[in-house]
Amino acid sequence: MSARRLPGGGQIDRSRLLNFKWDGKQYQGYAGDTLASALLANNQQLIGRSFKYHRPRGIMSAGVEESGAIVTTGEGDRREPNVKATSQELYEGLLASGQNAWPNVRRDMGAVSGWFSRFFVAGFYYKTFMGLPPFEWGKGTGIWMQYEKLIRKAAGMGQASREPDPDHYDHAHAFCDVLVVGSGPSGLHAALTAARAGRDVMLVEQDFEIGGDYLNQSDAALISRRAEIIAELEQAGVRIMNRTTAFGLYDYGTAGLLERVSDVAMAANPHLPRQRFWTVRAGATLLATGALERSVAFANNDRPGVMTAAAAGVYLNRYGILPGQQIVVATNNDSAYTVAAELASAGASVELVDARAAVSAQQREVAALAGVQTRYGCAPLAVQGSKTVQGVTLANNGGAGWQAGDLMQCELLLVSGGWSPVVNLLSHRGIKPQWDPAQTCFLPVESAENIAMAGSAAGVWNLAACEQSGSAAMASLLGLAASHRSIVAGGWDNPIEPLYEVRIGEQRVKSFVDQQHDVTSDDIRLAHQEGFVSVEHLKRYTTLGMATDQGKMGNVIGMALMADALGRDISQVGTTTFRPPYTPVSIGALAGPNTGAHFRALRRTPMHNWNLANGATMTEAGLWQRSWYHARDAETISQAYVREAETARSSVGICDVSSLGKIAVQGPDASEFLNRVYSNAFAKLPVGKARYGIMLRDDGLVMDDGTCWRLSENDFLMTTTTSNAAKVMVWLEELLQLRWPDLKVHVSSVTDQWASVSVAGPQARAMIAACVEASTAVDNNSLPFMGVRAGKLNGGIDCLIARISFSGEMAFEIFVAAGFGPAMMELLWAAAKPLGGCLYGLEALGALRIEKGHVTGAELDGRVTIDDAGLGKMASTKKSYIGSVLRQRPELMREDRPRLVGIFPKDKASTFNAGALICQPDKVAGFGEGWITAVTHSPVLGHWIGLGYVAGGHESWAGRDLLATDPVRRGNVEIEVVSPHMVDPKGERMHG
Amino acid sequence: MTRFSAWNVFRNGLTGQKGWSRQWRDPEPKKHYDVVVIGAGLHGLATAYYLAKNHSVRNVAVVEKGWLGGGNAGRNTTIVRSNYMMPGNREFYEHSLKLWENLSHELNYNVMFSQRAHVSLLHSPAAVDDAARRYNTMRLTDSDGELWDLEKLKHTIPYLNYGPNSRFPIIGAAVQRRAGTARHDAVAWGYARGADQHGVDILQNCEVTGVTRDNDKVVAIETTRGTISAGKVGFAVAGNTSRLWSMAGLGNLPIESHKLQAFVSEPLKPLLDHVVVFGVGGAHFYISQSDKGGMVFGGDIDWYKSYAQRGNLPIVQDVAEAAMSILPCLGRVKLLRHWSGVMDMSMDGSHFICKTPLNNLYLNAGWNYGGFKASPASGWYFADLIANDRPHPVVENHDLQRFERGINIDERGAGPDPKLHG
Amino acid sequence: MLRIKCPFCGERDHSEFSYGGDGSIVYPALDAPMQDWVEAVFQRENIRGMQTETWQHVNGCRTWLLVERDTMTHEIRSVRAAHPGVAKALEGSS
Repeated sequence: MSARRLPGGGQIDRSRLLNFKWDGKQYQGYAGDTLASALLANNQQLIGRSFKYHRPRGIMSAGVEESGAIVTTGEGDRREPNVKATSQELYEGLLASGQNAWPNVRRDMGAVSGWFSRFFVAGFYYKTFMGLPPFEWGKGTGIWMQYEKLIRKAAGMGQASREPDPDHYDHAHAFCDVLVVGSGPSGLHAALTAARAGRDVMLVEQDFEIGGDYLNQSDAALISRRAEIIAELEQAGVRIMNRTTAFGLYDYGTAGLLERVSDVAMAANPHLPRQRFWTVRAGATLLATGALERSVAFANNDRPGVMTAAAAGVYLNRYGILPGQQIVVATNNDSAYTVAAELASAGASVELVDARAAVSAQQREVAALAGVQTRYGCAPLAVQGSKTVQGVTLANNGGAGWQAGDLMQCELLLVSGGWSPVVNLLSHRGIKPQWDPAQTCFLPVESAENIAMAGSAAGVWNLAACEQSGSAAMASLLGLAASHRSIVAGGWDNPIEPLYEVRIGEQRVKSFVDQQHDVTSDDIRLAHQEGFVSVEHLKRYTTLGMATDQGKMGNVIGMALMADALGRDISQVGTTTFRPPYTPVSIGALAGPNTGAHFRALRRTPMHNWNLANGATMTEAGLWQRSWYHARDAETISQAYVREAETARSSVGICDVSSLGKIAVQGPDASEFLNRVYSNAFAKLPVGKARYGIMLRDDGLVMDDGTCWRLSENDFLMTTTTSNAAKVMVWLEELLQLRWPDLKVHVSSVTDQWASVSVAGPQARAMIAACVEASTAVDNNSLPFMGVRAGKLNGGIDCLIARISFSGEMAFEIFVAAGFGPAMMELLWAAAKPLGGCLYGLEALGALRIEKGHVTGAELDGRVTIDDAGLGKMASTKKSYIGSVLRQRPELMREDRPRLVGIFPKDKASTFNAGALICQPDKVAGFGEGWITAVTHSPVLGHWIGLGYVAGGHESWAGRDLLATDPVRRGNVEIEVVSPHMVDPKGERMHG
Repeated sequence: MTRFSAWNVFRNGLTGQKGWSRQWRDPEPKKHYDVVVIGAGLHGLATAYYLAKNHSVRNVAVVEKGWLGGGNAGRNTTIVRSNYMMPGNREFYEHSLKLWENLSHELNYNVMFSQRAHVSLLHSPAAVDDAARRYNTMRLTDSDGELWDLEKLKHTIPYLNYGPNSRFPIIGAAVQRRAGTARHDAVAWGYARGADQHGVDILQNCEVTGVTRDNDKVVAIETTRGTISAGKVGFAVAGNTSRLWSMAGLGNLPIESHKLQAFVSEPLKPLLDHVVVFGVGGAHFYISQSDKGGMVFGGDIDWYKSYAQRGNLPIVQDVAEAAMSILPCLGRVKLLRHWSGVMDMSMDGSHFICKTPLNNLYLNAGWNYGGFKASPASGWYFADLIANDRPHPVVENHDLQRFERGINIDERGAGPDPKLHG
Repeated sequence: MLRIKCPFCGERDHSEFSYGGDGSIVYPALDAPMQDWVEAVFQRENIRGMQTETWQHVNGCRTWLLVERDTMTHEIRSVRAAHPGVAKALEGSS
């Protein structure tokens, strides 16, 4: 084959030469080329290797339906596999190479698999590779997994980069009255109609040029019409987006678009994203998505040098390339005549074979005028040649099926088997297109949504009719005209003749239906033979239509062959279902900027920087970063937290607790509301007092715990755990708005408004006394246990002080407005230092609370009852509250449920892990007797301790030997279970 | 019926593939069956297979409104694992995994179960402890499970995001080596072929339009292919359970139908050799690579109740964000297709294999995210229930009354909200 | 993308909202019999078609809404504030 660039013509910019590399060699093309057109201009034919049989493949089309010229572009971390050369815009420095081949696509060792193709038919892998051949002896998956390694290596197409993608991607959002998809004759006219009606229009085009089929015309008048329309649209403020694919239609007129920022633009501005993912909400959507030409199944119809007829027209008219010198055009419809004539006029020797017995004189004239020889009742039977086309053997229709005919020499075989409207986007809406036997294609049906189709996407074949179809469909969509039914599908002079496969008798040949997945017509028949007759079974069994083109070219042929095998019409076989995206979309674009460190919001407390400046190491707590420990000198985490906990018990410690959820509960019914929400009594909580409370879910299991402070008659401040803050807030709003609208209560999240610290230890009161103004008394009378008061820190900082303790020490929580957080820390820390105090983090907080047997998220895991957690006395029996009924379900009341316990190691020098199971020494199996939720080294007790759950609670196991069983980490450790209140069980320290 | 083997593949290769016959018959409905199973998905087909195989109940029909395996059987992300912890679930999924391990041989159909290991990433010491409890339970209950430290994880799966820009740095992983992926369609076809060989009638394009009762008994089902009388009836219809339930004149169920999306990329040469799961910061993401080379992945349900088998963009975006955050090399890998299936989400995230208020009606439902991996055991225990009219001890708490009794088989501790059990 | 017309904020993407659940459930009194609570908390009609459901405009005005939506087509027929007083006030103002 001898493709060459013609001296003139086409829509390329011949003044801008572009250098690119294909498989390591340097080539040149022009601005306005695709990679495929540039390769063709350089007479490069063998571009790819097929998925299964590694057959040589060339350029088959001029668009997104391409199944042959699939390549890898870029290198290193910018390597992109599975790029269709036919839709890749050429740019300076483009690197492209063949894929799925070794050592290269021209000489591919993988082609040996083709020798075994008689065995590698559809679904053969379901029938073997299970055990030892030949009779599949054996058990289990071992043998299969050896085969699988080889199969995986052979499968796949391109190779992805292993390096992080260095480019960035963006998300964008838009609204419009009308979204027009496709900028061909119908799309441009549709946009024009809408723009003239004053609508806000977005026009998107997947190609880098606007114009669609206008660009493929030889008629200069049409080229200039395109320019005029674009100018008017721009004038009218239509948002015209080229390089933008509408890849999916979703609910409520939402469309997903992928915009490819051009490499030229990116080179000029490195801050541009590589691609943008647009979410567009359109009032109405018009799909002018065009139609794709089908091939026909015949022997070796996949050879490099076999192309769709329309593609040759595109290469000629848009890219100024004569794709071959000696050409045979095979068709079953009128559309290929113009292409044949244009190629002949451009200097090629062209013969046209038409499967139809005859066509009108007018049609014959089109060919004859250009010097194209024609034959009728004739179709391609087999391509001769292995890596190129040497010729084509024809078949003649003798009335009773095909008979072998002449061999015609040629180097390029163009095929037109009819056209398939691109109904993909409509299909995303769950609408099934209908088979139209007259046009031999699936045509869109009306949608109940504001979506219409126009032009060849609606089966309108003539350019002028497409223009009218676009205007009419838009007028109807916008309600400017009654109906657009005046433009009907069709438009050819002579009816198309169905032609899906050409073969003689039962001959077994390699004739491809789905070229990309190497699905042959025999595969379709085998699927039928084995009972895979529905379209869904057919595609899953043979992989028809599952390749990267989603069967754009092959599906109809496959269904036609199945219909034939079943003796039914195509309409009875089923329809095609296309799923988004229309063409593959990079995962990078869909993800946009919210990746890596920006994957989720990061929440920091108002004292975050202060903590860091004072030696904090941070840890993740949900979305929050919290101080984990404040190491001194070269302390390890273990040394640091033990020291911190010790200091809090002996002197004073300060801990940032700002991440706790805080909710203002206000209104005349606030106390009634809280009394229903918490399991314990809240109705009589006095002003100036705080209370620890437990909330249950509707089903009676524990939801969250925290404290609630009564600041005044109608004003409460609730705290929640860090992890449940948002959930509790939503829950309270739900209760107030949905269930108890009669309650006069308002809730506001004030987590971010307050900075809060816990100050714990025997010196806590003295220390705080030094930090507050004289008017703010914190002595035992003014601020007794569970007391709350407003006051002022030194310097006049307003604060709330509550005497509550999570650590079991004499402790206070101090809240100030968030902005005063660092100032409060300065003040407190200055007072703590002379007392030998410390800053403590989450790890020491954990140690202190475990010693006391206070529960937190690890214990309240959504599966425990209030009794399980040892808090049964907080379940009021005197009132009804959320969960009070369902918590009494029989299984939840059983005495032998796992109950909260403390855990000591038998050997006080040994340690054990949270997550270990608790087993009896002679019964290390099954679910055990319980599990361990939290472990710490107790500075008070001088050994490791833990919390956990054991069936029946610690009383049931007193004095018995148990094991902490942890096979995934450290094995068995002898333990005993004790009361969860391991330090100061009477609470004397905090009351002190 | 030609046995599937390398020998027969070879022989048929030489003889033009003439020796293969239909993998299952396309019979006309009979007037009466001893058991009618509704739904020819994985669960229904497996049930029919085990009814015939384990219990010699062969006069069985599986009734399907569309094509067998056309629902969630072909819409899932093909992950098989047994890392369940709650009593009942633990034994059930372990049994299922054991059935999976020999399923290709059992069915003489290569279901391509690849025990490539299921790797759940861990990001905090608390998460490690939480995983330890689960994987310790697995180890003590006849299964496998291990924790990997960062070193081992990096060595085994080098392309994950271990970099400084990770929002939630990975510190290790919980791993079940016997877990992996399988070829979903093959499982449906394998069970269909197996059931058919045992004489089960698979009735496709046979939609149930009514359930005829005689007091507390189902006597027949009305279908688009006529009335079929039945000795016993089993429902195994995934997302459509509630509809069939009301056809039988029964009330509400502890189930909501939600849709879950799934995603596949273009085929790539081998990139990821394990199943990787990522769940932190409210995210939920799982990914593996199919034997064909596509990256198969998914995330959360679409949050709102839906019977529509199509998804929406916010979850597409969420899932892509998670994908890029843990596998940043996927930026230039392209999404090929996304689709969705309708799931029965139950009130505690666990399933139902149980008797019903009607004497001869049995229910198999509420599979949440677990349906694919469960299918062999689901069929096994459902067949056992139907044949013996009493639940096997392993599923005795998987009944509709468990909530009333106070049993929540809640793996996540999420409480009685179906959408939270993903 | 579903588009929900929040009576306060106007029409917004559903990603601003969070789905609650079945809006037809009438929760029993806190001291109602066990069976009533079991029914309300665990049993669902699970309608295929038009159902009343709750959503919260959680990334907006935080109003809980009652939405009539088709679970098959996702078509929304009506949206109103769940709190009857708020709903009434909004009706009066529109």
